[in-house]
Amino acid sequence: MTAPHPSEKIEDIEIRLLLEALFLKYHYDFRNYAMASIKRRLKQAREQLGFATFSALQESLLHDPAMLPRLLGFLTVQVSEMFRDPTYFKAIREKVVPHLRTYPSLKVWIAGCSGGEELYSLAILFREEGLEDRTLFYATDINQDALNAAESGIFSLDRVPLFTENHRRSGGLSSLSDYYQAAYGRVSFDKSLRRNVVFSDHSLVTDAVFGEMHLISCRNVMIYFDRDLQDRALGLFKDSLARKGFLGLGAKESLRFSRHAGAFADFVREDRIYQRRDE
Amino acid sequence: MRSVAPEAVVIGASAGALEALSVILPALPKNFRMPVIVVVHVPSDKRSILADLFRAKCRLSVREAEDKEPITGGTVYFAPPDYHLLVEDGKSLSLSSDEPVLFSRPSIDVLFESAADAFGRSLIAVILTGANHDGAKGLRAVTGAGGIAVVQNPENAFATAMPEAAIRMCPGARVMSLEAIAQYLQEV
Repeated sequence: MTAPHPSEKIEDIEIRLLLEALFLKYHYDFRNYAMASIKRRLKQAREQLGFATFSALQESLLHDPAMLPRLLGFLTVQVSEMFRDPTYFKAIREKVVPHLRTYPSLKVWIAGCSGGEELYSLAILFREEGLEDRTLFYATDINQDALNAAESGIFSLDRVPLFTENHRRSGGLSSLSDYYQAAYGRVSFDKSLRRNVVFSDHSLVTDAVFGEMHLISCRNVMIYFDRDLQDRALGLFKDSLARKGFLGLGAKESLRFSRHAGAFADFVREDRIYQRRDE
Repeated sequence: MRSVAPEAVVIGASAGALEALSVILPALPKNFRMPVIVVVHVPSDKRSILADLFRAKCRLSVREAEDKEPITGGTVYFAPPDYHLLVEDGKSLSLSSDEPVLFSRPSIDVLFESAADAFGRSLIAVILTGANHDGAKGLRAVTGAGGIAVVQNPENAFATAMPEAAIRMCPGARVMSLEAIAQYLQEV
């Protein structure tokens, strides 16, 4: 056996050991994340946390619990936008909502909600469409800091012009400014938008099914997973959806390479909205 | 001496990319065996027309990359707007929504660094015209892993900053005209 890149190999070994340590000690399981992205993030963490090697970072992580949230910050924090990809929200509004209206009560799961941009987008859309009162939203993430941020509903003011423009392009029926108050360079979204929201720590890697959802929105979360883990998450979504329930993915995500592809039908193909087939 | 045949080509381009790529990509013959993975800086709010545009001009099959897509030879993959495009070790493509690098998403550095990891010595990386410094660091990662660096001659580039930065970072890079790059890719 020859190792074509001996120097690279050591780093790869160190990364595997670090991820193993993170799992064994803290039960955060990144072992099946797509390697290229996690490597980039780990390199940033190593640099900015001031370690010469991943082995040194691993030692610190094992012996100093304070290192955990700092490392998780690098591995999980995901900056999104409200109404990112306006056509997705337009398709939810125009094509999915008419189906949802036929149910007396609704459950919506935002899986990997990060800082809450997508949650507030959907909460506003559901209010505009008169569905909010019958809907229970579940917003889940593995990162407690992200959940806290989502629950606070506070965003930087300089991001609001983009959010506003996205909302308008998504076919928004109201003005985004109806929903927040601005002060000190930040905006705070109306807490009534969180009235029907359950925030919960949930891992698509290790946790179980969430029952009977009518809509699951999980966008740009699974791109960080490898194929096996994507299959696990999609299996979880399939089993968590009510019959004929909807699954929304990111603009460049696809079920094409998954073994669960057959369980879903294209609903709005160009916006990556799928519908669970009848068994 | 090199003993490894190249297995893949990565290309990064920014301002003036369309014209430059129009010299290189349509010149590649139908039996071209390597995959060609391309990052062009495009505005994030648009549906990209790059793949459609070049599909009409090229003899190779041309696609906008999807997440976890297996890489096949003789295919041109464009990074979708607003995502980074990376090469996984198992030789498939993956996307990321990580923050922009040097204000760019997709970022040439991100593609090149991951491709250098995955392909090592079997990679050819090409920097074309552009008005920023994206790609220079990635090109160094490519040569660091034993791959081949090619840079468009700044003298006839539409925008010179990007090729110049790449040459500064990788003084050993092969500097060529667009026509010579197209030729080189077929002969190497």
